[in-house]
Amino acid sequence: MSEKGKESSDKKVEVCYIARVEGQGTINVEVTSSGDTSAQFAVFEPIRLFEAFLVGRKYHEVHELASRICGICPIAHQITALRAVENALNVEVTPQTRALRRLLALSGWIQSHALSLYFLTAPDYLGFDGAISMAGKYGNVLKRGLRLKKLGNDLSETVGGRAVHPISAVVGGFTKAPIKEELAKIRERLKDEKDDIWSAVDLFSSFNYPEIGRKTELVAISSDKEYAVNEGRLRSSSGIDSPEQDYRIHVKEKEVGYSNTKSSLIKGNDFIVGPIARVSLNHQKLTPDAMKAAKRLGLDLPCYDPFANIKARVVELVYAIDECMRIIDTLKLDFSEQPIRAEIGTPCEGVSLTEAPRGLLYHWYKLDRSGVVKQADIVPPTAHNSTSIEASLRALAPKLLKEGQDLTLGCEMLVRAYDPCISCSVHVARVE
Amino acid sequence: MSSKTKPRVAVYKFTGCAGCQMELLRLEDELLDIVGKVDVVYFMMAQNRDELERYDLCFVEGSVSTPRELEEIKVIRSRTKTLIALGDCAITGCVLSIRNWIPQSDVERMVYKDTLPLRSFKTSGIWEYVPVDLMLPGCPPHKDMILEAIESSLLGIRPDLRSHAVCMECKLRENVCILTSLGKLCMGPVTRAGCGAICPTYGRECEGCYGPMSDANPAALASEFRKLGIGADDLVRKFRKYAGTSKEFKEVAGI
Repeated sequence: MSEKGKESSDKKVEVCYIARVEGQGTINVEVTSSGDTSAQFAVFEPIRLFEAFLVGRKYHEVHELASRICGICPIAHQITALRAVENALNVEVTPQTRALRRLLALSGWIQSHALSLYFLTAPDYLGFDGAISMAGKYGNVLKRGLRLKKLGNDLSETVGGRAVHPISAVVGGFTKAPIKEELAKIRERLKDEKDDIWSAVDLFSSFNYPEIGRKTELVAISSDKEYAVNEGRLRSSSGIDSPEQDYRIHVKEKEVGYSNTKSSLIKGNDFIVGPIARVSLNHQKLTPDAMKAAKRLGLDLPCYDPFANIKARVVELVYAIDECMRIIDTLKLDFSEQPIRAEIGTPCEGVSLTEAPRGLLYHWYKLDRSGVVKQADIVPPTAHNSTSIEASLRALAPKLLKEGQDLTLGCEMLVRAYDPCISCSVHVARVE
Repeated sequence: MSSKTKPRVAVYKFTGCAGCQMELLRLEDELLDIVGKVDVVYFMMAQNRDELERYDLCFVEGSVSTPRELEEIKVIRSRTKTLIALGDCAITGCVLSIRNWIPQSDVERMVYKDTLPLRSFKTSGIWEYVPVDLMLPGCPPHKDMILEAIESSLLGIRPDLRSHAVCMECKLRENVCILTSLGKLCMGPVTRAGCGAICPTYGRECEGCYGPMSDANPAALASEFRKLGIGADDLVRKFRKYAGTSKEFKEVAGI
């Protein structure tokens, strides 16, 4: 919880446990009287050693186990693991599976974005310690947030069989297609929320967001066909444009002693993944209403500011609702379709990049001839963002001091704008 | 909020994925009523408050796997009237317990070059260190089960939790048995109910994510699986997943 450090001529922030983020992390910012700023984003979430115990498990269990890396974005981990394993085993899924996976992933975005916006972000800008305290004065805002979150969850359940750790997505497809009547009911609710979404757009455009004024590289997957969610090429604002297999050529990791999360770097520099990177790089593929929302929010694209993640999340919420309706409208479900069988027998390896709600997610697996995992490598969005979080803290802290603002709260708000998912980031913990 | 009369509720996260807290937050229709009836004094994922006082009801999600957690669970226990293990991690260590079968130093060396700074040990349920009043199994425990725990606590009565097998729920849904008719390796017969038999309903075998039912007979199910042609390694993997170190499963989950 927030504990302010000594504030003498040398200003110091030590937030021992950042509230309203998922997991256990700390920030440590120091501004000396000479103006030097240091910042550490440290994760003290216990290590879980997923890469170690995934070794020895069968290819068809990988997504089920990887799902447990994160209870907020289990869908993203499942789909990424499935695609990596399918890429390794040369399994080509059907268009129906692709459509259902896109629907499932976007349901996760709706749930996660609604949670982040209404429960983790809004209290900061409305002056509350948490969403629960908002219930009196902003009951309607809270109710809309709950409704959107529930809608995302219910769609996940309809497509995946369960909202937290879905069960019907497997290697090669789905064990069962969703029930048509249930999808139709969800379709109605999506329409209702879409009609109401402009009040959300207005709410989040009414807040005053700090600005960092620092340019960093934006990284996301990108596709010429659609707003990239589950598949695409690795692209960046500085011109990277590579197939997903080349991820490790571009993104290097550095181990840091003070944190259980490794730092990711491109050409030695920090970069940012997540909503603002996606919206900036892929806005050509957004729906007209999502673009309209971006305009109303005053989002100038491309944008490099981490606080703009909040506006980008609203834009993506509009997009996700539009796109889920489109997918449901165009789905022609074949209920007899069964998952495509994977053929094992030769050692192989597979990579997959997807966009989790919080940004770029990487899975890589090496399988032996019996389909048993020999090696695993996983990098979640928050590990990608951790260096950027520190760089942004270093840029923000002196600004806050100069403007006489609350240093601790400002730094916490910055971290929450990234919406870090700390449980995710630490499953690959490496400490020097 | 008047804290004098309302029960004080806390939610803690230990080593785990936060999915159980997410399932708790999935009580969207009931949440506003619940927070009207109780005083949420510690819920780090949801709010900026930290009141280190006594709790009437404390949910702990996640397993104990670090020295800090081991100390913390004792402190929490000493402050709490009703301590609830929320989900498999807090009961069996869940999928993280797969690593318990490998020596800790080996498993650490698989991931780390230098294991010296690590502060981690075998993962286990909180009841292995402190007495627990209620266990809500599942990965995650269904939100209705969480609601039942909250409601019964407010009423001061014992919660009605299921101890029978998933098969019971599967029959109620009128599913054809996928074990006997399709030969799928379903863990339903030894797994505790509460999920609504979702996996068989979705045409796939139960993976056992609610842990062992009471009076489970894993040896009998294992011999059925062998008749269906399962290999020795796959059988171990089957039982060594969500509750491999539980007293019920560990015999079959061992080698």
